[in-house]
Amino acid sequence: MKFLQKDETLCIQCHACESTCAQAFFKSDDRTKSSIKIFDDPGERNEIINVCNQCGECISICPELAIYRAKNGVVMIDKKKCVGCLMCVGFCPTLSMRIHKDFLEPFKCIACGQCAKQCPTKAIEIKHID
Amino acid sequence: MDTTDRKDSVAKIKEAHRLLKRYEYTPQKIQRGYTNKTLYINISDNTIKSKDVPEEIKDKFTGGKGLGLWYLWNSVTKDTKWDDPENEIIISPGPVGGITQYPGAGKSLVVSLSPTTGSVMDSNVGGHFGPLMKFSGWDALEIQGKAKEDIIIYIDGNKGIVEIYEVPIGPVNSHILAEEVTEFFAESEEEKRNISVISAGEAAEHTLFGVLNFSFYDRRKKVQRLKQAGRGGIGTVFRNKKIKAIAVKYNGVKGDSNNPADIDTIRKLGLKLHKEIKEHDKDQCRMREIGTAHLVEIMDDYDLLPVHNFKYGSHEEAYKIDSKVLAKKVVQGSPDGCWHGCSMSCAKAVQDYELKTGPYKGHKVVVDGPEYETVAGVGSNCGIFDPDYIIECNFYCDTYGIDTISFGTTMAFLMECYENNILNKEITGGIELNFGNKDAAMEVLHQMAKGTGFGKIAGLGVRRIKNLLIEKYGADPKFLNDIGMEVKGLEYSQYVSKESLAQQGGYALANKGPQHDEAWLIFMDMVNNQIPTFEDKAEALHYFPIFRTWFGLNGLCKLPWNDIEPPDNHLTDEPAKVPEHVENYVQLFNSVTGKNIDKEEMILQSERVYNFQRVFNLKMGFGTREHDIPPYRSMGPVTEEEYLSRQERYDKQLKELVGVNPEKMSTAEKIEALREYKYKQYDKLVDAVYKRRGWNKNGIPTVELMKKLGMDFPEVIKLIEEHSSE
Repeated sequence: MKFLQKDETLCIQCHACESTCAQAFFKSDDRTKSSIKIFDDPGERNEIINVCNQCGECISICPELAIYRAKNGVVMIDKKKCVGCLMCVGFCPTLSMRIHKDFLEPFKCIACGQCAKQCPTKAIEIKHID
Repeated sequence: MDTTDRKDSVAKIKEAHRLLKRYEYTPQKIQRGYTNKTLYINISDNTIKSKDVPEEIKDKFTGGKGLGLWYLWNSVTKDTKWDDPENEIIISPGPVGGITQYPGAGKSLVVSLSPTTGSVMDSNVGGHFGPLMKFSGWDALEIQGKAKEDIIIYIDGNKGIVEIYEVPIGPVNSHILAEEVTEFFAESEEEKRNISVISAGEAAEHTLFGVLNFSFYDRRKKVQRLKQAGRGGIGTVFRNKKIKAIAVKYNGVKGDSNNPADIDTIRKLGLKLHKEIKEHDKDQCRMREIGTAHLVEIMDDYDLLPVHNFKYGSHEEAYKIDSKVLAKKVVQGSPDGCWHGCSMSCAKAVQDYELKTGPYKGHKVVVDGPEYETVAGVGSNCGIFDPDYIIECNFYCDTYGIDTISFGTTMAFLMECYENNILNKEITGGIELNFGNKDAAMEVLHQMAKGTGFGKIAGLGVRRIKNLLIEKYGADPKFLNDIGMEVKGLEYSQYVSKESLAQQGGYALANKGPQHDEAWLIFMDMVNNQIPTFEDKAEALHYFPIFRTWFGLNGLCKLPWNDIEPPDNHLTDEPAKVPEHVENYVQLFNSVTGKNIDKEEMILQSERVYNFQRVFNLKMGFGTREHDIPPYRSMGPVTEEEYLSRQERYDKQLKELVGVNPEKMSTAEKIEALREYKYKQYDKLVDAVYKRRGWNKNGIPTVELMKKLGMDFPEVIKLIEEHSSE
């Protein structure tokens, strides 16, 4: 299974990953359209980097069968089937399913690795596990 | 039925069907929750036309049940009977219905004249039909007339086509028919998810309490699941009109299909509730795990679970049918909502259930439910504590098109009659209808489907059976009226209301008859003692029925209002109202329609329709005080064994409330003294409720009230004036 592994001790909160993701996914400079999220304040959840770990919980939540695990192990959303109910967003155990007012459907990290390439400290890296 | 058989059967139907009428239209784009068009179909002469929905009517009736009541009012006279062609079936989802983000937002409201009450009936049902119909361009579907032969009505919302087919052959029972109709209209496997079917079943033809099954295609199990518009026999009207099925197909449901004014707020509200359900449902009502059946053991613990025709409120064998047992029978691991976005997901299914009886014996089927009402109705109330019987009975009630609530309450009544020798084997045709006899109950159910034997009598419902037993078999009217659990001709739903005066009113004052969807006040009243005075109870019996009416105006389900609560709800001023969720609904309505109501205007919207429905009852010859009186079984102990079973409680009530000394009284005297007291209390309650609602002493809304509400239609005022001067 392919996923984005994080090491929060290395993160310098430069947000380069967010900019890269928004650009790669939506050709946008708007960082709120990123699937990875960096918190300047770790907050109650004591978290700096929030990103999907490809656990697949959302697959069983979606009644439309719009969420599936691709051959490489990455959890994907079929936007054609998605009716935008947001149950996957509400039920994500790590709160890593994203929404944005410009889009009807949620979006998520597909472990493409573009952000990892831009990370100056290697706080995020693509990993493969069986 | 396997796939090959189904394809053969569909092929035969395709060969035999005949197009009677085709109507083409340009689907209206939805504007803020409304299409502003109603599809009118007269199946006597196959007229199909589009009607405008005027702004004034939307302002007065909002939508859903309100719209249905308005159309029916204009179609029937005081003399119209349920089986006259003039009677209509109206289906409408309401403006909020169809949003995909907030739980419980896909309901259809069905309105018709009822075979059992003779007056206006409304029923709230899940499944995909209502929203798909709206996305196809219609705020409401209004069906009038009677077909000559069995017909299927089909709406294709993408192509803009309405068709009526004569379909003389093929099955009627819903679990097969819904699949075949889906197969008939789906151009591919993938398209099945875009189809919803309404159907009834064979027993809807032969009984007066037929249901309508509204389907939704379960993507995981690849079957049409069935949700019921259960109360008051609208399925019987459907089959009497010779409608076999109504199908809608709409491809393209998206998050903005309802075209709301402010989708961002809807998404925020929906997401907030999804998270609330995720965090707290498991510790509150466990709706995702087992649905409404979680109530079985709670009701048993509080002496509220009907046992032996509402004689008792608990039973030592109730553990055999409680939610822990049922949770092992239903398939879980996947959420089962009856419309998109319902994370409350209370719909449950038993998969691969092998039927033990009837025409489908040996078939493995998917059974929807069982809901609490079914478990209590066909189970404990009949003294049957067998989960497999409950599942089997649930299946056959659904596919035959029978209301499990009315079936349960009627069967329990028949069993008590049998045990009291009012019924005997001569009348039942040899069936031994003792409490607990599951084989006997099942046999009567199969007879109902065939329209044979004792099933013909049982299918009349409690009110007509009472009259039959009195008139034909010389039964004691007092006893039958005491134990026959019906008001207005509708059978009671499954809660024992003996110790809650407010709930006795909640049931008997309900517009359509004793259904708990208007008011469920037992815990507020009996357990928590939050509404001790008559005025408190009257306020609750004003607010809650009116508030709950609002769900039916908007295509919403009541459950996500208070079957999940914010964790700090108990700290609010009025926890019973769940203020945060009320505010969610105000915002939802505004976000869909672009209007700017507050919670007071929300109540006004409902008050308009609620009072209109009360006057509608008046129009049909009911709607006055004499029709609001409950049977004594719903208030106190009718029989000596019933009194003695809770003697300590009743003796205490005699001492402390009635002010008599029970020690020197016989049980019969005690029953009579308690009865007199309870009816006097009930009368005082009714006075207080009528006053609070702005009705006169006879339960008729005043002219001033209708004027204040803007519901002073000339015919309404004329009716009120005629009755008020009597």
